[in-house]
Amino acid sequence: MHRALRVAGVAGVLLAIYALQFGIENGLNDYVQRIVLLAGINIILAVGLNLINGTTGQFSIGHAGFMAVGAYGAAYVGVKLAGPVHASLGPGALANAVIFNLALLAGALFAGISGLIVGMPSLRLRGDYLAVVTLGFGEIIRILFNNATFLGSATGYFGDDPSGLPAYTNFFWVYAWVCAIVVLIHNLTFSQTGRSLIAIREDEIAAEAMATPTTRLKVTAFAISAATAGIAGGLFAHMQAGVRPEDFRFEKSIDMIVMIIVGGLGSISGAIFGGIFLAVSLELMRDLQQYRLVLYALLLIVIMIVRPQGLLGTRELHHLFRRRAKPTPPAEGA
Amino acid sequence: MTQFLQQIINGLSLGSIYALIALGYTMVYGILKLINFAHGEVFMVGAYTGLHAASALGIDAYEASGRSFPLYLALLVLVVAMAAAATLGMLIEFLAYRPVRTAPRLTPLITAIGVSLFLQNAGMLVFSPNPQRYPAILREVRFELFGVIVTNIKLTIFGVALALMLSLHLLVQKTWTGRAMRALSFNIDAAKLMGIDTNRVIRSTFAIGSALAAAGGILFGLDQITITPLMGVLTGLKAFVAAVLGGIGSIPGAVVGGLLIGLAEQLTAGYLSPAYRDAITFVILIGILLLKPEGLLGVVRVEKV
Repeated sequence: MHRALRVAGVAGVLLAIYALQFGIENGLNDYVQRIVLLAGINIILAVGLNLINGTTGQFSIGHAGFMAVGAYGAAYVGVKLAGPVHASLGPGALANAVIFNLALLAGALFAGISGLIVGMPSLRLRGDYLAVVTLGFGEIIRILFNNATFLGSATGYFGDDPSGLPAYTNFFWVYAWVCAIVVLIHNLTFSQTGRSLIAIREDEIAAEAMATPTTRLKVTAFAISAATAGIAGGLFAHMQAGVRPEDFRFEKSIDMIVMIIVGGLGSISGAIFGGIFLAVSLELMRDLQQYRLVLYALLLIVIMIVRPQGLLGTRELHHLFRRRAKPTPPAEGA
Repeated sequence: MTQFLQQIINGLSLGSIYALIALGYTMVYGILKLINFAHGEVFMVGAYTGLHAASALGIDAYEASGRSFPLYLALLVLVVAMAAAATLGMLIEFLAYRPVRTAPRLTPLITAIGVSLFLQNAGMLVFSPNPQRYPAILREVRFELFGVIVTNIKLTIFGVALALMLSLHLLVQKTWTGRAMRALSFNIDAAKLMGIDTNRVIRSTFAIGSALAAAGGILFGLDQITITPLMGVLTGLKAFVAAVLGGIGSIPGAVVGGLLIGLAEQLTAGYLSPAYRDAITFVILIGILLLKPEGLLGVVRVEKV
């Protein structure tokens, strides 16, 4: 019974997204549609980054690197899969959906593996090493893509077709993935594992004393976070005909950090808010492009000094509406 | 063999710049356990201050007429840049880091990233984002030594860096401030109880580290000929890796680490491919974190609750 209810729920959500897609594709102009898609991609990035930076308290400042790995990985796999899949399923929406989702998963896999490689040496240690290693990773991965001839070097990867990568990304797929990832991260955060992650954030030594396998959990959370950034990268790649190394500069990582800090480190609804906030503010500040990052930097400093827990802290939006709110763990810095 | 010696010379001069910057990272980390991400940007501001000080002192006229810039003016440029950077360092400490000093460690870390980002982008607004040619504060003289080309610039870089590091060593070992700095890095609360004005010592630490970074910035400008407002990102990262390699918190470690990173970078550029010169630092960082996270000259500290 419970299971049937769940299946019905999932089907209902997918149908709703599908119905919304019609409305959005017919009712909104391309410009607004693009912002809506970017907001969805931002939500995936923010919710994923929040798992490691907010919930686990280990700071990554190079997530653009994982997004890049996912974008290139998905683009490459998508191009290579197109032939065999079209051969067996024929052209059409079904074949495209299969190719796109397999490509996204492949991108997530590549990003997750890079997360493991980066996380294993740096997360064994306490302290801020992850920040430095991810900063380095973000810079180095761009240098590698800049020099990878089979991925188009500095001009970027546009697939084998002269018209560029197929534009698989649409409202339905972006928001279906948003829902899947938000549910996944939410369930993880509020599971026993999630409690352990919070324990690591609050006091790593105490968590270890309670027999929490801190290193293993930190590395797992980091790899999941990297994989979600990879999904976002894959969606981003199929939105704009190609991937270029300069799409994943340090600024992109900073954008993600701003998203999770504005909403509140450790809060999923905060991250969702932050993702939308960034997509909208990016457009509003289009004319102020050269001042944008100065303002973001000041925003970060001021938030840290005045309200380090961000807008929501570690609370969730739906907790605010509960009559007797469950006691939530104290926010870091609260 | 001569090519090898050439790379060694270039590596040592580049490495001594990294060492100068690494000292600032290691001193601040030793006391506050904070990765001062803005340090690379202080290095950048130092380089730009040097550039503007030199043009205020009329370097364009000297360059146009082909005369070399007098040495006392070159030293003045160095002193002005170091003083400006020291002021900036103290200002950053006072405005951004002091309010969050007692907060959980993520808060100062994010603040440091914010300050770094702010200075990068403010730098692009103030100094223009385009690369700028560095004035020839020192006119290049080349000479050959056993088939290796040595320039007076490389020698000056090495010499100035060495002199500054020796003065820092004397300062840390022989003066009251130096002893207080060591006391703070050993135990900040105990130092406070012994009547040390910790705010003052932390301020001096930032001033000294920033001044060294500014000197590094001018030497970098002399060496690399062009500078950009984003020069502090990668160079700062490399200098931080140098500090980790030598053992973060250890002053001799920062020097050793800086020289090793400089050598590794030049040898990679010379023997593998110039494309990977930036990547090698990252490989070293991963390697050191895996094999000897306390660094070459660092001490293992047991963490207590």
